[in-house]
Amino acid sequence: MAEVLATEGAKELRFRDPAQARALSAALGRVVAEIGRAPVSVMHVCGSHEQSIAKFGLRAILPRDLNVIMGPGCPVCVTDIPEVDEAVVLAQDGVRIATYGDMLKVPGSMKSLADAQTEGAKVDVVYSAAQAADLARDTTEEIVFFASGFETTAVATAAVVLGDPPPNFSVLSAHKYIPPVMEIVAEMPGTKVEGFLAAGHAATITGSAIFERFVERHQIPVVVAGFEPLDILGGLVKLVELVRDRSPRVENMYPRCVTAEGNRNAQAQMWKVFRTVGGQWRGIAHVPNGNLRLRDEFAHVDARKRHHIDVRRLWSRSPSTLTQVCICGNIMAGIASPQECPLFGKECIPETPVGACMVSSEGTCKIWHQYGGHPDL
Amino acid sequence: MCLGVPGRVIEVHGQTATVDFFGVRRETRLDVVDEPVEPGDYILNHVGFAIRKIPAHEIQETLALYDLLLKEAAGDMMAADVRGEIVATRQQGGTDG
Repeated sequence: MAEVLATEGAKELRFRDPAQARALSAALGRVVAEIGRAPVSVMHVCGSHEQSIAKFGLRAILPRDLNVIMGPGCPVCVTDIPEVDEAVVLAQDGVRIATYGDMLKVPGSMKSLADAQTEGAKVDVVYSAAQAADLARDTTEEIVFFASGFETTAVATAAVVLGDPPPNFSVLSAHKYIPPVMEIVAEMPGTKVEGFLAAGHAATITGSAIFERFVERHQIPVVVAGFEPLDILGGLVKLVELVRDRSPRVENMYPRCVTAEGNRNAQAQMWKVFRTVGGQWRGIAHVPNGNLRLRDEFAHVDARKRHHIDVRRLWSRSPSTLTQVCICGNIMAGIASPQECPLFGKECIPETPVGACMVSSEGTCKIWHQYGGHPDL
Repeated sequence: MCLGVPGRVIEVHGQTATVDFFGVRRETRLDVVDEPVEPGDYILNHVGFAIRKIPAHEIQETLALYDLLLKEAAGDMMAADVRGEIVATRQQGGTDG
């Protein structure tokens, strides 16, 4: 099994160094066999990890008894319905919304920003917070940047807020903070996660040491890994070794981009602008300290303080029945795979997504829909 | 949004730098990176901001993934995300390369 590689099975298995990939695959097989239980389940929390795993067909060369699950690693997917509703209400009220492309089709309680746009609301797609501020500089209209993403994009939003944005610019923050949700997932009944693969670029900001407290509390190892297929395989080998040795600790397998202390300058800017508050992550749970909101000192840039946003007017009708069938939440909690959803690839496709996991390029369902999830051998 | 893009610094002007991303020259902001950046350095760019200077001796490993992805057709999702990251940087004043 471990020797099956590169030429067969997965449709797109290409490695920079096939010999190294073969060695890592063999090592994974060996270590998982030494653990002697099945299955061994580990979780990553990053859409880019899932893209790489699916695109390069890595699951085809994983040992059968190793289960690599994507957890709540798609910030767009965990944006809660009332947060989308806030943006929709603002757009309906004539405010111009600037947001990342993936946020357009995320369903709110009644409609998405794309629906509001079709009905005449002004919604602009931007690639960065800086572009949203530029948009505000070119107009007298009120511009609200509907900001989503984890630490990596929160830092960019913070830098723009600190960079003296124009007076008609404000931020509707749906930014989320990853470390607290790992605690929630680790404690969920039904999830048997024995190790976490932490996302390389978010850890570039936070540093790998941020996971020490989590490891201490939950006795679950955390390995920081990069995104190249070999980085991921190398990270998984280290992770299952730590599981085998019952040696819960933090290992940084991506030192070329991640240090223990992280980017202190970026952290300072992020925490100057944001504070953590508890909030609902769509489909997952209430996550204490999981949401990043602007501090009171930045009320003048906070769309929630500058505008009266009454989302209740959207809540007069009940959500569609399809939405109630959607199992996005279970998929993001790691207790179901997209193929277990009756809507996957049928009623729910990227063009007409039912759940947020089919909207974003970082959502498990959209990634599996494009690349396939578990290649058959 | 989770995957940053590495690029080579061409020029530094104050808090911004002109950076070559696989043949595309864009402006990246330097407010967030925690080390001084000079022409010739490689940085990891995330939504328009450099977040890390990548050690020179490790750059080839980092570039390999992107070399591969940028050869992909427009419809490939992961490649599209990488291209989006490059577009997230600012164009140079009218002379986007």
